[in-house]
Amino acid sequence: MLPEKNVLVELYRKMLLDRYLEEAMVELYRQGYIPGSLHLGIGHEALSIGTTVPLRRDDYLVFSHRGVGHSLGKGVPARTILAEFMGRATGCSLGKGGVHLSDFSVGCLGISGSQGGNIVIATGAGLSAKMRGTDQVTAVYFGEGTANRGCFHEGINQAAVWRLPVIFICENDLYSYSTHQSKIMLRENVADHAYGYGIPGVVVDGNDVLAVYEAMQEAIARARAGEGPTLIEGKTYRWRGHHEKDPALYRDPAEVEAWKQKCPIKRFELFLQAERIISPEEQASIQDEVRQEVQEAIDFALNSPFPQPEELYRGVYANPAGILDLI
Amino acid sequence: MRRITYRQALREALQEEMERDARVFLMGEDVGIFGGNFKVSQGLIDKFGEERVRDTTLAETVIIGAGVGAAITGMRPVCEIMLADFVGVCFDEIYNKAGKWRYMHGCEVAVPMVIRTPMGCRGGGGAEHSQCPEALFLHGPGLKIALPSTPYDAKGLLKAAIRDDDPVVFFEHKLLYDLEGEVPEEEYIVPLGKAAIRREGQDVTILAYSFMVHKALAAAEALAANGIEAEVVDLRTLVPLDVETVLASARKTRRVVIIHEANKRGGAGAELAAIIQEKLFGVLAAPVIRVCAPDVPIPFSPALEKVYLPDEEKLQQAVRELLAK
Ligand SMILES: Cc1ncc(C[n+]2csc(CCOP(=O)(O)OP(=O)(O)O)c2C)c(N)n1
Repeated sequence: MLPEKNVLVELYRKMLLDRYLEEAMVELYRQGYIPGSLHLGIGHEALSIGTTVPLRRDDYLVFSHRGVGHSLGKGVPARTILAEFMGRATGCSLGKGGVHLSDFSVGCLGISGSQGGNIVIATGAGLSAKMRGTDQVTAVYFGEGTANRGCFHEGINQAAVWRLPVIFICENDLYSYSTHQSKIMLRENVADHAYGYGIPGVVVDGNDVLAVYEAMQEAIARARAGEGPTLIEGKTYRWRGHHEKDPALYRDPAEVEAWKQKCPIKRFELFLQAERIISPEEQASIQDEVRQEVQEAIDFALNSPFPQPEELYRGVYANPAGILDLI
Repeated sequence: MRRITYRQALREALQEEMERDARVFLMGEDVGIFGGNFKVSQGLIDKFGEERVRDTTLAETVIIGAGVGAAITGMRPVCEIMLADFVGVCFDEIYNKAGKWRYMHGCEVAVPMVIRTPMGCRGGGGAEHSQCPEALFLHGPGLKIALPSTPYDAKGLLKAAIRDDDPVVFFEHKLLYDLEGEVPEEEYIVPLGKAAIRREGQDVTILAYSFMVHKALAAAEALAANGIEAEVVDLRTLVPLDVETVLASARKTRRVVIIHEANKRGGAGAELAAIIQEKLFGVLAAPVIRVCAPDVPIPFSPALEKVYLPDEEKLQQAVRELLAK
């Protein structure tokens, strides 16, 4: 069943916000405002937004290194995301996390620098929700490369055995850094692993936001009803390099182009117009609003201070009693 | 003499050892056609093929675990962990398997393998992409630890590590890959366990390794302008440690400062300081001091990373304070 118009508009708005914000980040990175390595999720928007919009504010999210869209989808403001990436004191992790984004106020529990470390943490968040008797759901993300780590199998099996409310989401974009899927696994679908753990495994077109949304809603319903985890695999493609300094020469330009033709946002726009859900005027005004929001985020981040030197020593322990000297 | 980069020097070491010994092979993430995250193995797949330059999946446990398995059955693997921070993923395989399987299984089998991994801050990596975890392995029996600071040493130590019959954790510093230096065309190795005196001096000894050697040399130059002559000892390897060179220098200057990028508590500096005071308690004119990062996770913001990192200014100040004692 087609979601209500307000949900459709929300999906569209958030996908656009993700795209525009990440495009702005390409520029800010090039200009040197964002340090370190930047991994963008341009091309993944249907998955990052389609799976986070259906979550409640009190649900948990443990995304991975391409987490801008997921954070936006869960409700982290664009301005604090950007400030964090720019190492500013106003960032959602006080400038201390940077690429390791988090915002506990909306259930974003952080990212693991070591890929896959987040998967077992999600199992623990699901365990906690179950033990505390809430119906909170945890969604966790990883690529097809990371799905070959032991912690994926450990996390998913334990969640399955304990019927935990955890949704495991594989964003399969065909490449793990430079390595094509065909070099690292013999089967076509990561979701096939679900069979081995006795839980549902679903493959969706990861560029079709409505298909993603629907699969996620089913998984959420199962999880809230105490029926345990689901493994969802979305097939998609990252448009940029693995990170912003990677020219991604290992991919055939024709392949990249073919996937760009399948742009998840364009596709959704065409659908919304064909079904007369939003008028061209409405669409234009949403685009303007989103552009405005991104511009405000950029201004906010650029005008934000860097953390004070003392901040370096603050917050290592929740209870610093007896710890005299961190220096 | 010919000048090449640290990266090229490492690549030459790999290539020469692979040519010399058919049992040597490479294994890691994106090490094949892509040539490795820092391009150290670039081109080697063309020379040696996929059989000996193996791309693995994203799974450090199997990279090191399979390395140990291959090493105890006749191969000599060189495994790459993309960033030193990820050693946590294969800690058991390094610490308990590579380090201990020889001893605990009757001291007959050897574990001839090298674990190459890049470490260190280079701006905005944050807490899980910038660390220098050498102290974790310093504590583990059975492992050797190399940390070259120059292209010459990168090549010579890597060749020695590959030829060694024990597991060597080989730390490369990210900020050194582009460093150029003299490397002879002729074959040579730098033996494990021989420190290098990079600069002679009689007023104070500075012990350093890896990237911090360069900070120590810069500080020594600045101090010399003020009439303080520092001796800079590049340890090159922490295990085996060249205790003789360290003690000889400490005996001469009677004052020792240790600098490392890793945080202080339980760091390599603690071990070095303990050895020096055990052997030279009555000889020292002042306590051994350490210039290290503070005991906090590495912050992302460049504004904080700068405060976090030890550098030549902090080192100079520490030396001045020490000489005032
Ligand atoms: C344990 C660990 N090993 C290696 C890395 C370096 N690394 C970061 S992302 C990545 C590739 C991830 O591929 P995939 O899981 O398919 O996700 P994608 O990048 O395609 O979204 C690698 C090798 C890491 N962060 N953690």
